[in-house]
Amino acid sequence: MPLVETVDLYRKYDGQDILKNINLKVDKGEVFALIGPTGAGKTTLLRLIDLLEMPTSGKIYFAGRDAAKSSKVRFQMRRRMAFVLQKPVVFNASIYDNIACGLKWRGVKKNNIRQRVGAILEMIGLSAYQDRNARTLSGGEAQRVAIARAVVTEPEVLLLDEPTANLDPLSVAKIEELITGIIHRYGTTIIMATHDMPQGQRLAGRIGVLINGKILQAGDPREVFASPRSREVAEFVGVDNIIDGIVVSAEEGMVGVDIGGNKIIEAISPYPVGEEVSACVRPEDITLTPSKTTSSARNAFSGQIIGAVSLGPLSRIEIDCGFRLVALVTRRSAEELALEKRKQVYATFKATAVHVLRRN
Amino acid sequence: MTELWEGLVTAVKLIISLDPEVMEIAGRSLAISATSSAIAALICLPLGAVISFNNFPGKRTLINIVQTLFSLPTVAVGLFVFVLFSSAGPVGGLGIIFTPTVMVIGQVILISPIMLGLTISALSGVDKAITDTAISLGASGFQMAVTVLREARFAVLAGLIMGFGRAISEVGLSMMVGGNIRGFTRTITTAISLETSKGDLELSLALGIILIALALVINLALNRIQQR
Repeated sequence: MPLVETVDLYRKYDGQDILKNINLKVDKGEVFALIGPTGAGKTTLLRLIDLLEMPTSGKIYFAGRDAAKSSKVRFQMRRRMAFVLQKPVVFNASIYDNIACGLKWRGVKKNNIRQRVGAILEMIGLSAYQDRNARTLSGGEAQRVAIARAVVTEPEVLLLDEPTANLDPLSVAKIEELITGIIHRYGTTIIMATHDMPQGQRLAGRIGVLINGKILQAGDPREVFASPRSREVAEFVGVDNIIDGIVVSAEEGMVGVDIGGNKIIEAISPYPVGEEVSACVRPEDITLTPSKTTSSARNAFSGQIIGAVSLGPLSRIEIDCGFRLVALVTRRSAEELALEKRKQVYATFKATAVHVLRRN
Repeated sequence: MTELWEGLVTAVKLIISLDPEVMEIAGRSLAISATSSAIAALICLPLGAVISFNNFPGKRTLINIVQTLFSLPTVAVGLFVFVLFSSAGPVGGLGIIFTPTVMVIGQVILISPIMLGLTISALSGVDKAITDTAISLGASGFQMAVTVLREARFAVLAGLIMGFGRAISEVGLSMMVGGNIRGFTRTITTAISLETSKGDLELSLALGIILIALALVINLALNRIQQR
């Protein structure tokens, strides 16, 4: 029995569907990440799961029980969950009182509260500041207090909405460390929303891609990352090169995709001849060389560099090979190869690096 | 000008010497207004929370009406309470007209709209995220309301002080339903009104100074609390 289950969930605002047909199952102990662009409906879905809002239609089950039963049932269920909002919210009270409030509301004895709050304060590294007003904390510290305040109630499900949005990289690292610590220490079931794809991969055991109110794909993070099932998912998970074409040859799992202009991309795919497809190539799987090399890579195209942007340790190179191709190379090799605008280069990538999608 | 100056000097003497009549009047004023403020607060805080946290048809209209009643004329409330409690009135049998009790009732009616309206606006000024956080952390409806009231405490307190200020400074109502009876229902404002018309400026000025001093002390105390 899944701990949290949604069945055919819809949520409308002003006649617009914010969530469409969400069927989600999260098992006990699982860490599930909802990833998707801003405005996809992640927050709304978390609010529905926390029973802060009611769905327009569809069912939500918590530990097998229907949440629609009564507000009393929902109140009891809510006490078994905890939700950390995207914007760090702290009450205008001391850090200690902030973290203790959920326990006080549950009628936990004072001694027990002191012990549990003390332990969690140590975990977030704010023991020395327990009497300070929480309003004086920085964004990252406030978010740590908010997470501690939720975790101290020992929820069966912890809901995190973009826990690191708008934080500096150091605070992000601390929050991620805290979440990892919670997973190890308490084994809490976590459902988190993030627009940060790599964060989802780092923390979650399973991810669901939510775009425009629909879960387009769910599964193992590596699988979603490597084999997106649709163009939208491919774009969101960072596949910069999505090239439309038609399968013109298919032999023993190897296909040739005609992308126009007498160019064929070879790939591993089960689709038959005549199928309309898109060839997806991740920019980091493309190798750039100044001249044609004899590598084992099946695909090699010559082209002219039309754009080069430095992204810190990496450089993003845009090439016109008759079609547009984007490659990510280390800054070092970009410098060594002098990858600049108007320079002629060869772009090569393996057939196994191409993920073929059927077009709808 | 000299008359005013002499009056001021005598007034200060009356205060410093803790003149029994001055102290008695000031004490009564404070007691009546504090009682009516406390009762009004006990009504308005929960009622304000109920109105604020629930959505119902006509909510907007209700709030508009409450805000209109902020400027309820004291003499209108006085007239209403007088008609109600005078010996010929519907509850005249209680025999409480011209007593401090009926003054408190009148003041509660007078200041409740202010306290209620300012409580509602103070609560609606609290970020929705605070409410959501409290509910998601397992707060019951009551616990959530207490949490939000606590978040809005300074604005709520300011509303209560406003109500108290209106109660202690009004004169029309106290005069009409209290009757300005010496040693029984005479308050600072009714005394000032009477003594001034009698030409006894010293007592009026002394009481006026006390009234302003009271307002100052309360404001300073509020500021101290807000700075904490």
